[in-house]
Amino acid sequence: MTHLLDYTLQLADNAVIMGQRLGEWCGHAPILEQDIALTNTSLDHIGRARNLYQFAAEQFNAMTAEEKAGCFSSVALYNKATQNAVVDEDDMAFLRDAWDYKNLLLVEQPNNDWAFTVARSFLYDTFNFYLFTALKSSNNATIAAIAEKSLKEVTYHMRWSSEWVIRLGDGTEESHILMQQSLNSLWSYTGEMFTPNAADKAMLEAGAGADLSRVKQQWDERVKAITEEATLTIPANSWMQQGGKDGRHTEHLGFMLADMQFMQRAYPDMEW
Amino acid sequence: MSAETNRNEWPLWEVFIRSKAGLDHKHAGSLHAADAQMALENARDVYTRRMEGVSIWVVESKHIHASSPDDAEAFFEPANDKIYRHPTFYNLPDEVKYM
Repeated sequence: MTHLLDYTLQLADNAVIMGQRLGEWCGHAPILEQDIALTNTSLDHIGRARNLYQFAAEQFNAMTAEEKAGCFSSVALYNKATQNAVVDEDDMAFLRDAWDYKNLLLVEQPNNDWAFTVARSFLYDTFNFYLFTALKSSNNATIAAIAEKSLKEVTYHMRWSSEWVIRLGDGTEESHILMQQSLNSLWSYTGEMFTPNAADKAMLEAGAGADLSRVKQQWDERVKAITEEATLTIPANSWMQQGGKDGRHTEHLGFMLADMQFMQRAYPDMEW
Repeated sequence: MSAETNRNEWPLWEVFIRSKAGLDHKHAGSLHAADAQMALENARDVYTRRMEGVSIWVVESKHIHASSPDDAEAFFEPANDKIYRHPTFYNLPDEVKYM
């Protein structure tokens, strides 16, 4: 797999998995207005995933049969590759199994409760904001264009989740405890965002990626400022989970994909 | 039940949307929110998803004072027979359009 395809899929998989998770709140949020807010945000993520999967499919279709066969080990997609069939965005999203998914472990964590969902969004949205700010200057025109479009959406996502962190952290005794616990539970999934894998390094080298150490610096500052305002404490543990970018996931992703992919698996290429 | 009597419920807000620059803010609907900041954000999500607006006003519903339906006779009926208040008795030159 080329570094560009690997990188495109990282961005796409983060987007589709975050979108799916937030979409699970549809019909279940504490109040109607927030139900709509979350599904709006979910659709922003899924819209970005579509753009990125289209770009990934385009790159894949342009490869030689031999290159294609080396990309994915998920059987359904591998078979398409060896038959030299043209793939599309849906194949990328629905025919790859968990080990071919490159999303961060953070975004696949379950919703649990409102505070946990808010904390997960806050940590990820803040990362996304600085990542896409950097990617706006990517020398890859497609990535730069997607980054520019996404940044407007991501700016609102970050505003929404930061507001809620402050509201709950600096809210009642109970909301403060729940918010702090959520932050503690999710903290070990944050390190992975800033640990570059081979694709991150190659893309940065080529002028197409983002400098994750710079993103981390900005992320640290903002997370510190918001948690302080929310009267929360940044967890002290520095041991970090790794693996998502390279296809080693928590057990949660398999269940999500089973949900997401059932229709395409049971009724391949169905349309309605 | 008013917001004051049920402490678990967020207060009600009225939302006004300006659809484009130069036009008035029009009442779009209402929603629940804990404070003004949240009301603006909720209004953005509930009422401007389909490009309905370029500006939002919110005001807590309790701050709106409405005329009473019981007063309708005294308030509105006296205007019924005063057609001279409409500027329809002037002869306009043909050149003037859109009046």
